Amino acid sequence: MSGPRRSAVVAAQAAAKLSRAFGRGGTSLPGKVLLRMDPLALRRLGEALPVVALVSATNGKTTTTAAVRSILRAAGRRPVANEEGANMAGGIAASLLAQRAVASDPAAVGVIEVDEFWLPQVGGAVQPEAILLGNLFRDQLDRYGELDAIAERWAAFLPTLPNTVPVLCADDPLVASTAPDGRDVIWFGIDDPALAKGERDHAADGVHCTRCGTALEYELVFAGHTGWWSCPGCGRSRPYPTVRATAVDLRGSSGSAFTLHDGEASIQVTLPLPGAYNVANAVGAAALALQLGATLEDCAAGLGSMEAAFGRGERVRLRGRDLLLMLVKNPVGANEVLRTLSLEGRPLDVLAVLNDRIADGRDVSWIWDADVEAAAPSVRRIVCSGTRADELAMRWRYAGVDPERITVVPELTAAVDAVLAAGDGPIVVLPTYTAMLELRQLLHGEQAVAGAFT
Amino acid sequence: MTADSDRVRVAWLYPEHLNIYADRGNLLLLERRLQWRGLGFEVTPVGIGDPLDPDAHDLYYLGGGQDRDQALCARDLVDTKRDALHDAAARGAIVLGICGGFQLLGHEYELGEERMPGIGLVDLRTVRGEGRLIGDVEITVDLPRVDGSSTGPTALAGFENHGGRTLLAAGEEPLGAVVHGHGNDGLSGAEGVLHGGNVIGTYLHGPLLPKNTWFADELLARALGTVPAALAPLDDRLEAAAHESARRAARRSAPVRSPIGKLRARLGRG
Repeated sequence: MSGPRRSAVVAAQAAAKLSRAFGRGGTSLPGKVLLRMDPLALRRLGEALPVVALVSATNGKTTTTAAVRSILRAAGRRPVANEEGANMAGGIAASLLAQRAVASDPAAVGVIEVDEFWLPQVGGAVQPEAILLGNLFRDQLDRYGELDAIAERWAAFLPTLPNTVPVLCADDPLVASTAPDGRDVIWFGIDDPALAKGERDHAADGVHCTRCGTALEYELVFAGHTGWWSCPGCGRSRPYPTVRATAVDLRGSSGSAFTLHDGEASIQVTLPLPGAYNVANAVGAAALALQLGATLEDCAAGLGSMEAAFGRGERVRLRGRDLLLMLVKNPVGANEVLRTLSLEGRPLDVLAVLNDRIADGRDVSWIWDADVEAAAPSVRRIVCSGTRADELAMRWRYAGVDPERITVVPELTAAVDAVLAAGDGPIVVLPTYTAMLELRQLLHGEQAVAGAFT
Repeated sequence: MTADSDRVRVAWLYPEHLNIYADRGNLLLLERRLQWRGLGFEVTPVGIGDPLDPDAHDLYYLGGGQDRDQALCARDLVDTKRDALHDAAARGAIVLGICGGFQLLGHEYELGEERMPGIGLVDLRTVRGEGRLIGDVEITVDLPRVDGSSTGPTALAGFENHGGRTLLAAGEEPLGAVVHGHGNDGLSGAEGVLHGGNVIGTYLHGPLLPKNTWFADELLARALGTVPAALAPLDDRLEAAAHESARRAARRSAPVRSPIGKLRARLGRG
């Protein structure tokens, strides 16, 4: 088995020990050291695995990757993944290095979540069997520039890997535009008109044809700019998906059920994750897993036994109350979460946390693009927290929540105390990315337990 | 002014294309603050190919878009709306351009190798620069009012994210002086443009008006032909805290750039 240079491995492991000793488990230092000392380390680590697949998207890639892993486990395979949040070259290299022993297992499959901007670098290094591209929603523009630029990067990159099978979301016109000419593509999508919304929401992006610039027309609209689209200018339209969901039954925060199709074959799936957006994630995961050799039965078993990735529809019990954690990081993702909440049909106690650190996006303007109005009527009480708590509180006021119902508590521990101090029943927690990580530490400290949720 | 005294009429230019930095929040903010005062708000979306009435609106709003969308709008603006915007500005209506909308108020802007036209309402042009200018920002503005008075130096906070460097001609005044952040070109300490009291361009989004409700009320007062003191007061505790939060972010994240800004910071006025 080939691997990275020994000296580079030793140095990276020393860096990992050092950063653990200084109390920060998740630094990017070991990966940086590894790639600095052996620029081909990622390639070598990828070659060591029998099979590698990549997953990228602006939204849902952590959940989708977890779903692929769950399906592959049901298929008797041994998935190797990167740690959550470690989805750029250095972090991926460090994660793979730490799991090097597994790679020699013939059942091992690398299922790696890749930051959308890093996809060409990582893909070029590991030469994956398949790449799943889920969606391109407006996300952290201050970090990476505009969506079109990312789509163009992807479109230029895919033809450089002639042996990689693209697994693409047919419902997202920007993702669909990255399909390489003359290549076989596995298309996936949602085939249920009942999931469609009346009109595109404010957070919609990519509504013009990337080829000819004409405004796209939609027969059905799902999240953001996804749906059944066509271009009246050049005639491009949504490819009909081979892997698709029909008869979707959304069951609020408890999950959903749908029929999963692969060509002519189909199977019934019960998904314990909330929202239409997770149906889309699940269908993408199934499409990739099927390509990697899983069966429809594996898909149903793997998806049915999924647990929410941390903070993505996860339920925990803290001091006798149930917390439903729903990561919110950009307008389209927020809209899907807010819509799911509006279907709960009961008054909600909410803890919303807005941070503006780099991983959250320094620019918090997106909260005004999010359709907060959808959930505002359901709010009984809301505590706003985080580095930009005041601005979040103002957003909820302008969405229609009476200021009497809004409390601002910037510091997170105090905010958790505040939301637990009154009311009863479940509490909905809406954190941005770094707020979710802080929350994880806090819950870990209190030994909160994954709890049944009713 | 032709404004009615009990409602504000806004023309929102290219809501489908120029909306990238939550421009919707600016419009929502104006609507709510009028509604809470028992005043009316009318917004007219004006898209590509639509005619623009120079007399029918009190405020003409231009937001920011992705490069491709901004280019589409630039051509349409010049072809179908330039004269109307010139006429509207000449009769005293507010023209507010933010990010891309700010660039479009000038003579031209560079898009890659190409020069795209603007409406030439203000004597400025935008060129490309090395890297984008990104971050929280605070500037100091002194905004004139319809009665001849002005606000006095007041902080305006926001977020900037632009590749273009906007250069004002000698006769044009910036909207404000950079205290924290980059401003029009990252060097001069100038931010935005203020032309004749009613044409305003700025790179500050975030969105601008929710972070600066005092500024929103100045615009509303001007649109209603009056001064902010004549508007019914609102409970602005959350708004004041949000404004301070945005200013703190600018202080935290952005270097002090301009000589004026440095002086201000040293005097403790930052």
